[in-house]
Amino acid sequence: MAVRRVKQKSDKPLTHNSGRNDFALLLQQPLLLLTIISIFVLLFIFVILPIFNVFKMGATNKDGAFSLQPFVDILSNPSYRQTFYNSMKLGLIVACVATALGYLFAFSITRTEMPGKRFFRTIATIPIISPPFILSLSIIFLFGRQGLITRGLLGIKNFDVYGLRSLVVVQAISFFPVAFLTLSGILESIDDSVEDAARSMGASRWHTFRTVTLPLSVPGIISAMLLVFIQSLEDFSNPAVIAGDFSTLSVEAYRIITGMYDLHAGSMMAIILLLPTVAAFLLQKYFLRKKSFVTVSGKPTQKRRKIHEKHIVVPLFLGCLLVSAIILLFYGTVLVGAFVKTWGINYTFTLSHFKFVYSMGWDAMKNSIILATWAAPIGGLLGMAIAFLTVRKRFLGRRVMEVASMLTFAIPGTVLGIGYVGTFNQKPLLLTGTAFILVAAFTFRNMPVAIESGSTTLLQIDKSIEEASTISGAGSGHTFRRITLPLLREAFFSGLVYAFVRAMTAVSAIIFLVSPRWPLATSKIFSLFEASKYSDAAAYVMIMIVVILVAIGIINGLVKFFLRPRAKAPRREEVERAILAQGGECP
Amino acid sequence: MSTQVQSTPTQKADDLRQFSGKSSGVELRDITKIFPTPEGTGETVAVNHINLSVADGELVTLLGPSGCGKTTTLRMISGFEYPSAGQILIGGRDVANVPPNKRGISMVFQSYALFPHLSIWENIAYGLKVQRLPKDEVIARTDAVIKLMQLEGMERRFPNQLSGGQQQRVALARAVVIEPSVLLFDEPLSNLDAKLREHMRDELRSIQKRLGITSVYVTHDQSEAMAISDRVVIMKDGNLMQVGTPQEIYEYPNCKFVANFIGKANFISGRFQGLEGESAIVKFGDGMRYLIPNPGAMEGLRFGNPCCMAFRPESVKLSDQGEGIPGVVKRATYFGSKIEYEVDIGSTVLTVEIYNPQLSRRYQEGDAVKAVLDLDCVRVLPEEALTIE
Repeated sequence: MAVRRVKQKSDKPLTHNSGRNDFALLLQQPLLLLTIISIFVLLFIFVILPIFNVFKMGATNKDGAFSLQPFVDILSNPSYRQTFYNSMKLGLIVACVATALGYLFAFSITRTEMPGKRFFRTIATIPIISPPFILSLSIIFLFGRQGLITRGLLGIKNFDVYGLRSLVVVQAISFFPVAFLTLSGILESIDDSVEDAARSMGASRWHTFRTVTLPLSVPGIISAMLLVFIQSLEDFSNPAVIAGDFSTLSVEAYRIITGMYDLHAGSMMAIILLLPTVAAFLLQKYFLRKKSFVTVSGKPTQKRRKIHEKHIVVPLFLGCLLVSAIILLFYGTVLVGAFVKTWGINYTFTLSHFKFVYSMGWDAMKNSIILATWAAPIGGLLGMAIAFLTVRKRFLGRRVMEVASMLTFAIPGTVLGIGYVGTFNQKPLLLTGTAFILVAAFTFRNMPVAIESGSTTLLQIDKSIEEASTISGAGSGHTFRRITLPLLREAFFSGLVYAFVRAMTAVSAIIFLVSPRWPLATSKIFSLFEASKYSDAAAYVMIMIVVILVAIGIINGLVKFFLRPRAKAPRREEVERAILAQGGECP
Repeated sequence: MSTQVQSTPTQKADDLRQFSGKSSGVELRDITKIFPTPEGTGETVAVNHINLSVADGELVTLLGPSGCGKTTTLRMISGFEYPSAGQILIGGRDVANVPPNKRGISMVFQSYALFPHLSIWENIAYGLKVQRLPKDEVIARTDAVIKLMQLEGMERRFPNQLSGGQQQRVALARAVVIEPSVLLFDEPLSNLDAKLREHMRDELRSIQKRLGITSVYVTHDQSEAMAISDRVVIMKDGNLMQVGTPQEIYEYPNCKFVANFIGKANFISGRFQGLEGESAIVKFGDGMRYLIPNPGAMEGLRFGNPCCMAFRPESVKLSDQGEGIPGVVKRATYFGSKIEYEVDIGSTVLTVEIYNPQLSRRYQEGDAVKAVLDLDCVRVLPEEALTIE
């Protein structure tokens, strides 16, 4: 009987060398290796280098020598210090308000038997896909000098709509969906039986909420607040038009660069904006990682009755209804505003604004659609590829790829824009003024969402499905195309939609990059705003909404068409013919 | 390795032989796998200098408790893990630098890993399409496997529209259609309920025998291993403990771990007193000496060493008179086909199984009995501490 005894051979030291093996195996798959290297090169050129250049420009003077003078200037300037405080204050207030709204929606939808869940879910996604400026526009329509509510209903003549209050309202509505999505994910993952256990021990609904549900959702609450905080700081379009005297970092950086032509001070401003957003981003990652997955079990638990007591559900329902009503009011106002002659004075129906938009702004709209159509598939595919590589493959620098590709989420568009201007305005990377630089900005700025949803989905898909493809003889590329991508179609779809919508609606990232050759829709809306042509802006925004909805429909159709599972098998005759052709006999 | 391949494959029809046309042996030479610990502070040896050779057409099972390195070994053969040291040869070729998709092998996964977005037909044809074979060949070969696995009529369904047993057959069909050189099984039956598991086990074995593809099968279920294998490899803590046919392993375990892991075993400690012809002399605490006619290999045992007598519960009879080791019944459990007694003999508690209990006398808890050993069925093993999982 052959038996090997336990023997540790001391003359042959063992080392863990699978790292070397990984590399050796990578060399066997040139396509995979090439993909990894290309992604690294792209990330370096379009993410790392621009950010590095922002820092470089911020820390040099006009002669190119190292200098912290811009930094000192900004610190010693009380109005700049005020700008910093303003941004922080706005960010904190909006984070609290938006997260509270998000929690209201998330809790009501995931843990109660409230009616109208689909409706509320839809309401909570509208702000994500809506064009910029729209809420600012309607708050001016409603509360401005010619405001329907302030002037029309209340008869106030000199109500000042511009400032912190309006910003809070507009940003809270714009960004509460982010909090809602984060929180509903967390709340859904809390196992019902944990709450049942508390209830069975005699705890009331309120006591259960306070001692079980709320503490379990704390990581989600913090994470949601940080995400909203980042969004608020990054926001350019709303503060640019309704902040009034209330200066914020992203707008101030823009003003310094375009108004004072000081790229160095502007870059320093951008750095001051960048640091808190990156810090918040890292904190958010930390809190989500600490999130306990213990309550997430793969087993389908029995469907159980959720909170149904009237005295809880009714107030929650009314709360959600009120928020929804406000959101609908805001969007409805802009819709009406696009069709009336002069808001506040003459409310007769007209199509003149649409005619105006068509005559002066159609090129810009076409440009936006063309560029978004390029950026969406590139960003979507690149996102899925990066998710696939970082989740499933082992290679040197995997973590670096992960961090670098997600980094742009934490980088305000203004900062990225400044970085692109500083990086691509000279040889060998002379790209300013081209469509290419705009597509690149869209792609890399919007990719993190695709990566995130791709990674999350991949982590839920059994790894052995892809191994089964590999062992059947398929290489990495084939496995990705035929197995991984179809399985990721939901994530791919949302990545595509997000990339398209964000490319259509981007303001901050492109405000430095638009050129006369490639005017874009959002910059047109911005200029209409600055000329106080609000109804024209409203018409433009409405057209944009239609374009976006149509595009989502088309993307949905395409993804379904190409990636939908189809039950394919050859017909009986085909099989028989094939068997005969192979020299076999048919029964 | 002294073991012969005992399986005499039942008649292989020519049309089935096509699936094993490329079948070849596997050899593991001094394979070691070291993982960094999850904390990154140290290393664990998952597989420790293993040598194993699987002959062409043979089904070898890697059996052991969880964490014994059996799955790691399988994944190294598949190419999803790389050995830290040692060589793997498939059909005599070193596959160190051959990625999994170029090894010409197949694997049946624990979770089946069927492609949920592809029809059954596409699942099965997948590997053939990857090879870019002519369409007619893909169709004909896929159809042959579908017939072999009795999956006719399921071609257009999706995996989630099949029962567990059917999914299992699709997984197997997908694995054999590419005519692999080696077929790997990673606990393929553990997702099925007990009844179906037995049925699929027999089906799997008969298909493997008919096809004659070299197979390496990982399981932690010892009865599954016994039923399905030409040879069984017992592993523990990354080490290879014993290799042999199911019969050899059960009847001639070479250590207490193996004896205890495969089936149940009783151990009575004693001291080895040498040989008398073929028989071993073992002395026990009370001074009694036993002559064990068929003691087994007794590797490493020398005069005076502590040892133990190992025997199966079914090789003990109970009686209330005559010769035997005196003891008291601690517990009697009725299973229908057998009664299991726990008998306290002072130094240890023996497990005794009496089959067909209708024909024999029943004992109650507390009864004084004599345990009568069939000495032909007793093996002598080196004494070792045994941790029971």
